[in-house]
Amino acid sequence: MGSRSSHAALIPDVENIRRETGFSQASLLRLYHRFRALDRSKKGYLSRVDLQQIGALAVNPLGDRIIDSFFPDGSQRVDFSGFVRVLAHFRPIDDDTGVRDPKQPEPLNSRTNKLRFAFQLYDLDQDGKISRHEMLQVLRLMVGVQVTEEQLESITDRTVQEADEDGDGAVSFLEFTKSLEKMDIEQKMSIRILK
Amino acid sequence: MFLLLPFDSLIVNLLGISLTVLFTLLLVFIIVPAIFGVSFGIRKLYMKTLLKIFAWATLRMERGAKEKNHQLYKPYTNGIIAKDPTSLEEEIKEIRRSGSSKALDNTPEFELSDIFYFCRKGMETIMDDEVTKRFSAEELESWNLLSRTNYNFQYISLRLTVLWGLGVLIRYCFLLPLRIALEFLSKHVHLMCYRICVRALTAIITYHDRKNRPRNGGICVANHTSPIDVIILASDGYYAMVGQVHGGLMGVIQRAMVKACPHVWFERSEVKDRHLVAKRLTEHVQDKSKLPILIFPEGTCINNTSVMMFKKGSFEIGATVYPVAIKYDPQFGDAFWNSSKYGMVTYLLRMMTSWAIVCSVWYLPPMTREKDEDAVQFANRVKSAIARQGGLVDLLWDGVDH
Repeated sequence: MGSRSSHAALIPDVENIRRETGFSQASLLRLYHRFRALDRSKKGYLSRVDLQQIGALAVNPLGDRIIDSFFPDGSQRVDFSGFVRVLAHFRPIDDDTGVRDPKQPEPLNSRTNKLRFAFQLYDLDQDGKISRHEMLQVLRLMVGVQVTEEQLESITDRTVQEADEDGDGAVSFLEFTKSLEKMDIEQKMSIRILK
Repeated sequence: MFLLLPFDSLIVNLLGISLTVLFTLLLVFIIVPAIFGVSFGIRKLYMKTLLKIFAWATLRMERGAKEKNHQLYKPYTNGIIAKDPTSLEEEIKEIRRSGSSKALDNTPEFELSDIFYFCRKGMETIMDDEVTKRFSAEELESWNLLSRTNYNFQYISLRLTVLWGLGVLIRYCFLLPLRIALEFLSKHVHLMCYRICVRALTAIITYHDRKNRPRNGGICVANHTSPIDVIILASDGYYAMVGQVHGGLMGVIQRAMVKACPHVWFERSEVKDRHLVAKRLTEHVQDKSKLPILIFPEGTCINNTSVMMFKKGSFEIGATVYPVAIKYDPQFGDAFWNSSKYGMVTYLLRMMTSWAIVCSVWYLPPMTREKDEDAVQFANRVKSAIARQGGLVDLLWDGVDH
């Protein structure tokens, strides 16, 4: 097993990561150990295969897309800071950010950023809009085999119509945000790390 | 150099005393109870003390960590995130079911927000899943003073370092030699016990051709006259025994023997299953480090004038066979045990009260099965060799009425 130190100094670039993600030192330590556990061949980074090994992720309808979110811009590797940056979207929203310095970039786990993350799961080609075709694909993944193709099409049409305001047949990010404004995103998109 | 002389004798004395103490302790606390199968409960006490020490050490480390304002890394086997009690599959079913019941035209409902649930679930499994958790190295929650198994040992204070140092000392200078000594002793103690038994019976044994003594990974085959055969052979070498589990006194002796050496015992019912027997013996024999198996293929005791047909089972295994012939001189004591007539205790009594037991043991050169012989022919060949050597009559009767 070796004499692995648990000190946070072991994590590369830890201060920057802390500032950017807002995770506590303890949480970062846990996530770091998790990262190392997933990195079975001890490469120092994760590849798609490492994440695909997680059995529970394979049964998730959005599994592949979630994995893709770790590898933006066609990259094939994700290091620890990239790993944590994605996970930071799911940090519960801090209550104490009443007055935030507007010059600072928005924290990764803000409501807007959570919504943006979800939006990107729909928007495969990253053009800023969820087209009807993209909506159909996600629907097929989630609602699945019980439903006929016609039913899928009709649901897609309905959903897009409800959200689409400017009538361009696609859902932009603003329209997406608007249609979900009443929803408690904070609760649905948050994961609490135990102390 | 001469200045060392007075210290020399002191050191030698100390060494002598400590060794004596060690061996006495060894004898009293380990060997004697082992013989009687009694446990002093020392090991349990030892474990309890160790556990208390480990818990204390962990507390100290926590305190040390708090002082430095750092977090101690504690591996939680319960997982690192707060999870919903429902599983993914259940939720999917729930969503689809509720969807289909809501709509009037029976189409499942879908909302833009449904994606959030799956997204979060997926992230949760990335952060923490059951399977990967099991595969990462076992992390002890409390430090067990071995310092090879803990991450937090940088938080050690002085006291803890001393304790750790003491632990190292104890482990390397005390437990290690103790365990080596035991390992070494057990073989010799075994031999000693047999020799004592032999002396008890005033047996005078002449060993012939000791250069042919059985080696590891082979089978030693001998003609069987009395249970004393075992003692006689075992006092001259290390064997693993094969035999039936007996009840009564023999059973007790057998159990005691098993503790000292690896033997192969069979239940009565298992003996009938030839294949099982053969398999177990083969496994034992193939392990070259194991002691040679001692087999008496005749099964029952013969009155030492003839060698009945050897049962072929032991010869099928295909290992090297070292035949041994045992012949008792009847003038001084009749060692024959008629198990249908006498019980074990009566027999022993008779043995003890006879003048002496004189016998000769011949170690014959090793034999292996030839390519064109089958097990029966091989068995016969070995039997003839033994009979010839011991001057015994070679019989064909295998002792069982078919």
